[in-house]
Amino acid sequence: MGENIFVGIATWLRDVMSSAGVPDLWNDTILMLVKLVTVLVFVMLNFMVLNYMERRIAGFIQSRRGPNRVGPHGLLQPLADIGKMLGKELYIPKSVDKIVFLLMPTLIFVPPFLIFAVLPLGKNMAAIDMNIGVFYMFAIASLSTIILWGAGWSSNNKYSLIGSMRAVAQMVSYELPLILSLLGVIMITGTLNMSSIVEAQNNIWFVFTQPIAFLIYFIAGIAETNRTPFCLVEGESEIIAGPYTEYSGMTYAMFPLAEFVSMIIISAMSTIVFLGGWLAPFGWTFIPSWLWFFLKMYVMIFIFMWVRWTYPRIRVDQLMGFNWKVLVPLALANIFITGVGMYVFRAIGWWS
Amino acid sequence: MLSDWGAVFIFFVVAVLFAVGGMITNVLLAPRRNSDQKGVPYECGVDTIGPTWVQFKTSYFLYALLFVIFDVETIYLYPWAVKFKSLGMFAFIEMIIFLFILIIGLWYAWKEGALEWK
Repeated sequence: MGENIFVGIATWLRDVMSSAGVPDLWNDTILMLVKLVTVLVFVMLNFMVLNYMERRIAGFIQSRRGPNRVGPHGLLQPLADIGKMLGKELYIPKSVDKIVFLLMPTLIFVPPFLIFAVLPLGKNMAAIDMNIGVFYMFAIASLSTIILWGAGWSSNNKYSLIGSMRAVAQMVSYELPLILSLLGVIMITGTLNMSSIVEAQNNIWFVFTQPIAFLIYFIAGIAETNRTPFCLVEGESEIIAGPYTEYSGMTYAMFPLAEFVSMIIISAMSTIVFLGGWLAPFGWTFIPSWLWFFLKMYVMIFIFMWVRWTYPRIRVDQLMGFNWKVLVPLALANIFITGVGMYVFRAIGWWS
Repeated sequence: MLSDWGAVFIFFVVAVLFAVGGMITNVLLAPRRNSDQKGVPYECGVDTIGPTWVQFKTSYFLYALLFVIFDVETIYLYPWAVKFKSLGMFAFIEMIIFLFILIIGLWYAWKEGALEWK
């Protein structure tokens, strides 16, 4: 029950429109807009839930209460935050490069949102079921580096410049292990389509066959989203807020929004690629596929938050050294091991 | 039929409109006051010294160079990985040689101290 509720609504809508004589192109466009609004609502709801969850978990880990004043158990806190952000003045300091300064917060939300379009959030529930999904995701995700750098550079503030330089160095470096770690999985499945990757895990999840890749992906994922222990980009105690220092009001709010959405994407991707996506473990199919997906995704998000509030921030030299001397060689070795392993398994007949 | 990239374009437009809409709402709702002190860059209350748009630390540049080499490599690796099963042993050995050359590059950069943060 509930398994096909979203797919059913989409099919019903398409049938209604085609029976009313709407041309195919318009039919598709309207359906895509409906999917888009669903994705947008999903993103915003998750952002609010995560915002609350993050502070609440931080509170429990640090033996305090966290937000508990607005609404029952502080549940309305995210709404109050949005209201506050909208009520703050959108100020443009005199010394900034105005065009770039305003362009960057406009664009920062674009890459995460475009990636969300191709994520299969359940069986047959990707807004765009793209055949090069994984490659597209990495191509779009790397764009946010440029935007973060532009934001820091245009602020004309020394702390912002340092922050944005760190952002570029860090995100660019950690992108390599992130991309390389998924290659082992791609070699086994032979496809870049996310739905097919999930289907390929019917027998065994890739977290068991590719454990090193999962570990590399997890560490690099934390670094890509600039979260503690890799939060050098906005290290509050040293460079104020990094690239976001000069932003205020809604222009500032876009950056945390994009950051939270990237965190959802990294968790969703690890669910899709390593934890079997919407597939039900133990054959428990009485829970719908999309609910399985959210459960796994939220477990991953919880681990992300747990890591964030447990470890201190690391130094820049440790950050770069760890990436180039440990993660990149390890990821390359993983590709090699996977290739050799596939040939050996084929030779002894464990795998065709 | 709406192509995949047409759909991506719709997503792009809406994402930009979302941000612009938020900012316009913000401007309409929020108060506006101006003063001389407010326009100064926030650097912990100390007046800013010298220009900010300068040539910065070269260590960052070295990492960017290394990144470009390996990023191009990953572009080659992806099509190979997709077709790994059907390409056979020859392609696998060829890719090992390709990776080996790149690893020599990484080793050289390591030896020359490009990976040390100075």
